[in-house]
Amino acid sequence: MTRPIRVANGQGFWGDSLQAPIEQVRRGPIDYLTLDYLAEVTMSIMQKQRSRDPRSGYARDFVPMIEEVLPDLVEHNIKVVANAGGVNPEACRDAVIEVARRKGFAGKVKVGIVAGDDVMDRLDDFIARGIELRNLDTGEPLSSVRSSVQSANIYFGGRPVAECLGKGGQIVIAGRVTDTGLTLGPMIHEFGWAEDDWNKLAAGTIAGHTVECGAQCTGGNCLIDWDTISNAADIGYPVVEASSDGTFVITKHEGTGGRITVAGIKEQLLYEMGDPREYITPDCVADFTSIHLEQAGTNRVRFSGITGFPATEFYKVSVSYSAGWKAVGSLVYAWPDAFKKAQAADRIVRERLERLGLKYDEVLTEFVGANACHGALAGPPPSDIAEVVFRIGVRSQDKRVVERFTRELAPLALNGPPTVTGFGAGRPKTEEIVAYWPALIPKTEVQPRISVIEA
Amino acid sequence: MARVKLIEIAHARSGDKGDTSNVGIIAYKPEYYPILVEQVTAARVKEHFKGICFGEVERFVIPNLHALNFLLHKSLDGGGTISLRTDAQGKTYSTALLRMEIEVDDSVARDIGVAHC
Repeated sequence: MTRPIRVANGQGFWGDSLQAPIEQVRRGPIDYLTLDYLAEVTMSIMQKQRSRDPRSGYARDFVPMIEEVLPDLVEHNIKVVANAGGVNPEACRDAVIEVARRKGFAGKVKVGIVAGDDVMDRLDDFIARGIELRNLDTGEPLSSVRSSVQSANIYFGGRPVAECLGKGGQIVIAGRVTDTGLTLGPMIHEFGWAEDDWNKLAAGTIAGHTVECGAQCTGGNCLIDWDTISNAADIGYPVVEASSDGTFVITKHEGTGGRITVAGIKEQLLYEMGDPREYITPDCVADFTSIHLEQAGTNRVRFSGITGFPATEFYKVSVSYSAGWKAVGSLVYAWPDAFKKAQAADRIVRERLERLGLKYDEVLTEFVGANACHGALAGPPPSDIAEVVFRIGVRSQDKRVVERFTRELAPLALNGPPTVTGFGAGRPKTEEIVAYWPALIPKTEVQPRISVIEA
Repeated sequence: MARVKLIEIAHARSGDKGDTSNVGIIAYKPEYYPILVEQVTAARVKEHFKGICFGEVERFVIPNLHALNFLLHKSLDGGGTISLRTDAQGKTYSTALLRMEIEVDDSVARDIGVAHC
């Protein structure tokens, strides 16, 4: 039996801790560092960046991070798997290679890419051939928003990651590889799991799901006994100790903060879950009702018994498209009658928008401190509530009416209800809405493009 | 029997997929799990989230985790980047569901330290 491998996650989304990947490399033994940078909206931002500068369009934070840890990676033979490539994995690779050469690692590190997920240029061809890319939620064909599309990417799984590692890639930079594929890929590579070994592929997928949100499985955003989670400032990010038989342990480095318990792990397993028996990825369909969990020491939870089913014939495609404009602004009202004042301000703004003849697809008001999160379930706020934030947003296809709205909050400082403050940040910003269009495409239509080059 | 809030016997986490939020609830103890299965039905959850969830509510059971998972369709004002809500990703719907009142028998009430009535 092959020895277990240690696969660490050092990034749950683009914007997560800059320090976490560095700590994962330095504070304990690992074989792989995985980093998840991509969310649906990220792809469209990157697409816009690339259209302005052909050398951009990837997660820029990745390059200085690699620069920092490269000596450690080389010394300890740690491999990196990240979907930092965004919509331009080649440019990300070139930047990493440049850094490696500059730091004296020429000839000492191989950088690979997993590309081919970007199908933006093929959409018209797909549609012409009857691949309608219908929205999984609404059933509408993509042609209805075709002219507004900003990016289109296939979700690849762990298999192409494994292939890139197999070609000698020490730093694997992927485009839109699934979060779970980043963790599963190293396992397929190390253990040689077959394409139809559904149980093991499901196990690696569930390991990936558990760690894909970084510290959210080690005590971050954890509801159970949250106030006794120790040393959260130094929270340890997760490490999977994976065995070739498909069992694994979720743990973290010695001496780091946070907490790994069966109860906390259960919370993360449920995060963003749909049908627990059908967790569909490009690699397999995993069955969350098969998981057996046990506490296997302090900050160690062992997973076993996982079963899976054959993968589907389809890849998921993530399309982003421009869907109008929005703006959200807020003002703060203080005691006494804070809630009533905020409600009065809301009535005034709405009446003024109406007098101006402005029409919106939606106008939404929340009173932060009273009901923004839980709505009516929160019940009425206490009559002596210290302060309430009046928060109002609008949405429209017409940018001008949204911009006009952004001028209607500040005047309330002088011409609305009293004891109002919090307008210091200036007018609300008018933002373009980039919406997300999930669809399916036959796997036969696209092939990942894999290459490895030496720095 | 005693009426208690769900938070006395369960913890939770929630997330999103587009305009659908998922709320997973987990029994603190295996013996509380049947209470969840019996009382926290899809219909009750739909009623609980009146004014928040405008679509269907689906329920899935996960006995091995002593957990239930709910999908609340049309509950995020369009979801993701479209939504105007503070909580566009339904991150706080976890505890919103734990506000639900359920009935527990006296032994459970004693167990969780609630005076029975």
